Amino acid sequence: MAVKDYLRERFLPHLWCPGCGHGEVLGGLVRAIEQLGLSKNEIVMVSGIGCSSRISGYVDFHTLHTIHGRALAFATGVKIARPELKLIVPMGDGDALAIGGNHFIHAARRNLDMTALVMNNRIYGMTGGQFSPLSGEDVSATTAPYKTIDRGFDVVELAKAAGATFVARSTTFHVQQMTDIIAKAIRHKGFSVVEVLSQCPTYFGRKNKIGDAADMITWFKDHTTPIGSKAKQEDPGLIERGIFVEKQEPEYCEEYEKVVARAKGRRS
Amino acid sequence: MAKPKLKQHHINRDWCKGCGICVELCPKKVLALDEQDKVTVVRPQDCICCRLCELRCPDFAIEVETQE
Ligand SMILES: Cc1ncc(C[n+]2csc(CCOP(=O)(O)OP(=O)(O)O)c2C)c(N)n1
Ligand code: SF4
Ligand code: SF4
Ligand code: SF4
Ligand SMILES: [Mg+2]
Repeated sequence: MAVKDYLRERFLPHLWCPGCGHGEVLGGLVRAIEQLGLSKNEIVMVSGIGCSSRISGYVDFHTLHTIHGRALAFATGVKIARPELKLIVPMGDGDALAIGGNHFIHAARRNLDMTALVMNNRIYGMTGGQFSPLSGEDVSATTAPYKTIDRGFDVVELAKAAGATFVARSTTFHVQQMTDIIAKAIRHKGFSVVEVLSQCPTYFGRKNKIGDAADMITWFKDHTTPIGSKAKQEDPGLIERGIFVEKQEPEYCEEYEKVVARAKGRRS
Repeated sequence: MAKPKLKQHHINRDWCKGCGICVELCPKKVLALDEQDKVTVVRPQDCICCRLCELRCPDFAIEVETQE
């Protein structure tokens, strides 16, 4: 199937601003699904609220556009009811780790078989450029005219500590790597977290004078490096990208099946 | 494997938002924005068919077709 067959073309052009990285993530995701040869009917995409969450409107899978921060909770319900379906849960940085932070760590702890995609533009795009828990220090935002003092979460470290069994990071510069990682994350049995550094030229870029969308994408090239590279040893400030964790652990739905079997056994 | 040769770029002017990503990040400076801020091909002979324009376009507005 061609990439465009996975899109609801009638809703394009999408509502994202010119140069918004979320469109690149959408492209990477549908290309990954095309590579895996999945049928549209076996995929359920669940999203919350945010510019990023609008992604579910453009893909021709089963889609649920739910409430801010709770996409993983809705996805948990779908997955437990229909474990044979592939769940993909794209979230903004605010969606996933501000209001949705608790759902995020507990979904990871349970090792539910689904893919959480954090579209991290380090800002609340939809609501006008407030800073988020992923903005980090020294960032200008609508709510930080004199710059942020808050430290940011490291999504990878957080996901690892919470128990995710697949953890990776890529960027909208590294589109081929992004596609490859998303494909591996979807194939992985267990809770997969993929952070994609994405650009919001309208708020993050403008407020922080990084330049246009292409300049922001180039920033990702200049400030990231493959895991364990020599460059990282020389410049610890570089952000690593690649696959950090890929391991097998008991998956929640399968364990739940055992509980159901135990309960049935006792009753009969 | 033989190097792919360009047949043509397919541009969807209705979807292109003129963001300039493909123009600025093309390694061979094949593309430009026209007076209506839509992408256009100015140096097709220099295209190396890397497809990065296609893969990085947030709007699915440019595709690279190669010769078989
Ligand atoms: C319960 C609730 N609280 C707050 C909001 C307002 N709100 C909508 S989107 C959003 C944050 C968007 O930022 P992010 O998740 O990073 O997505 P982006 O728009 O940057 O892609 C907020 C606070 C809401 N819709 N619902
Ligand atoms: S406000 Fe930012 S995140 Fe939202 S569509 Fe525009 S560029 Fe994208
Ligand atoms: S395929 Fe590569 S070289 Fe050709 S126009 Fe696109 S980015 Fe430029
Ligand atoms: S990247 Fe896409 S939307 Fe942006 S100028 Fe190029 S073709 Fe147009
Ligand atoms: Mg955001």
